[in-house]
Amino acid sequence: MDTSLLTRNADYEWWVTPFGKMRVPAVIYASEALVRDMDVKVYEQATNVATLPGIVRASYAMPDAHWGYGFPIGGVAAFDPEEGGVVSAGGVGFDISCGVRTLHTGLRPEEVEPVKRELADALFRTVPAGLGSTGRLHLSEQEMDAMLRGGARWAVERGYGSPEDLERIEEHGCMAGAMPEEVSRHAKDRQRDEMGTLGSGNHYLEVQEVTEVFATDVAGAFGLRPGDVVLSIHCGSRGLGHQIGTEFLKRMTLTAGSSEIELPDRELACAPINSQLGQSYLGAMRAGINCALANRQIITHLSRMAFAEVLPRAELTLLYDVSHNICKVEEHAVDGRSRRLFVHRKGATRAFGPGHPDLPEVFRATGQPVLIGGSMGTGSYVLVGTSQGEVRSFGSSCHGAGRSMSRHQALKQWRGRELIDQLAREGIVIRSPSSRGVAEEAPGAYKDVGAVVDAADAAGLSRKVARLKPLACIKG
Amino acid sequence: MTGTRWEHFAHGSDVGVRGVGPSKEEAFEQAALALTAVIADLQAVEPKEEVEITCEAPDDELLLVDWLNALVYEMATRKLLFGRFRVQLNGHRLDGRARGERIDVARHQPAVEVKGATLTCLRVGREADGSWAAQCVVDV
Repeated sequence: MDTSLLTRNADYEWWVTPFGKMRVPAVIYASEALVRDMDVKVYEQATNVATLPGIVRASYAMPDAHWGYGFPIGGVAAFDPEEGGVVSAGGVGFDISCGVRTLHTGLRPEEVEPVKRELADALFRTVPAGLGSTGRLHLSEQEMDAMLRGGARWAVERGYGSPEDLERIEEHGCMAGAMPEEVSRHAKDRQRDEMGTLGSGNHYLEVQEVTEVFATDVAGAFGLRPGDVVLSIHCGSRGLGHQIGTEFLKRMTLTAGSSEIELPDRELACAPINSQLGQSYLGAMRAGINCALANRQIITHLSRMAFAEVLPRAELTLLYDVSHNICKVEEHAVDGRSRRLFVHRKGATRAFGPGHPDLPEVFRATGQPVLIGGSMGTGSYVLVGTSQGEVRSFGSSCHGAGRSMSRHQALKQWRGRELIDQLAREGIVIRSPSSRGVAEEAPGAYKDVGAVVDAADAAGLSRKVARLKPLACIKG
Repeated sequence: MTGTRWEHFAHGSDVGVRGVGPSKEEAFEQAALALTAVIADLQAVEPKEEVEITCEAPDDELLLVDWLNALVYEMATRKLLFGRFRVQLNGHRLDGRARGERIDVARHQPAVEVKGATLTCLRVGREADGSWAAQCVVDV
């Protein structure tokens, strides 16, 4: 992106002053190098979002923003229903509540290294991964609805994990306001065999080692020390979420003409929050969030089984579970008064700072953990929410690295088998059902996640706490 | 005229699929081939089973999105991959047939699952040479 399109307000803050039909400015948080590297589509999409009715304060783009559909990926926008605000299926994304969960293992690398391959094999055997894989759990119609209402809490009640897990999940593991009756038969059909499956693409299950700690106080409070081994799970709401996204994107497109919302591009399709369609979507989307939370909870249970097989001493306890494709109702102070806003985070992580009332007691003093996934050969990061983030981005931060190269280019450049061997030489064990999938997810096809988290830290959106290095990765 | 073909085009983290042919029907068929090629090598998919698909939409563009999404749904729920397609258009109604086989992970090496077709870069129309093109970005 040409930086002359933007006004630089601070080292890591770039503004687009409202022009045309923009109701608010667009604000990009990134270093100069990241902005130069961003597709100009991020500028177009962030300014388009700024034209939507009821948008509050600004249309934001996080340091990892890239070209999405309608909203940029890495986009944050809040809407006020009292001012005609809208909800957008594209502003949430197809993979509703896709997110990252990190668990402590209580293990040190010297315990894991000798059995790393066996551990990777056990995880690969136990957690279904890849296209066409099916879970062992097949839900009846009644159970499907109970899962869509209960989320991770439903999973715990069915024996997947323990009640202590729930406190360390956003919404305490259960998104209120879910309406399974708004989820179509097709969406439920797509989910029938997919509970407790990882999916494919950039989704993974990774055994990681804490290699660096940046904020000792916060890392201590999170229970992270250099040399600790953790497990991270990156996946979402599977077929159910994808189908909800697909169907509501279409319904919002078809009704856009009649709802008097002027759209700069029809991929921005949305509905007023206070409309029947808006409410239907919110009910279905919240059911999708619960599906993702239940899914990550079941995968957690399966991972515990796999660890118990190979490393019986391991004790997998939750650090936190964050979602990065969502729309949530939150209270935010705007112009000196508290307002109830519908905050869209599309490829952006909630990053509430110290003292936020929505956080569980355990994170009230520090702020919430912000879990950032890298690519399979590089690092991941744990950050923490800041108080400034509330003012800068409605308490939001980045979510990952983002691709620097298309899948097609990656496939031309790498062979899956060779990549697996090369990563093995670097001490990273890869297990995947598809060598083509591994090639397309090559570490070199992703941007540098380090530069992204450095920018999020420097912009004050969240603070770096720890760096995680992969030891073993299960790729879908 | 460059003939009947499919191709992918780059889009951030996702993939664009484009079908080109002498008729709109062929462009839709080719776009479906491009969709499968996002997932697996088309040559490896054998036409053992057939699924019939019908969709209707207010315009050509949304009909393409519906067609691709119907294929995504059939692939996901039947655990199939499709390698051959026939499309008949009657106004904005599509009657299609997709032939393929059950996913065999070892043989097909599916790289990625398509979550859905988007309205991004969505276009159905004639190229300068008179051929038809049908394209959009799919979320993976």
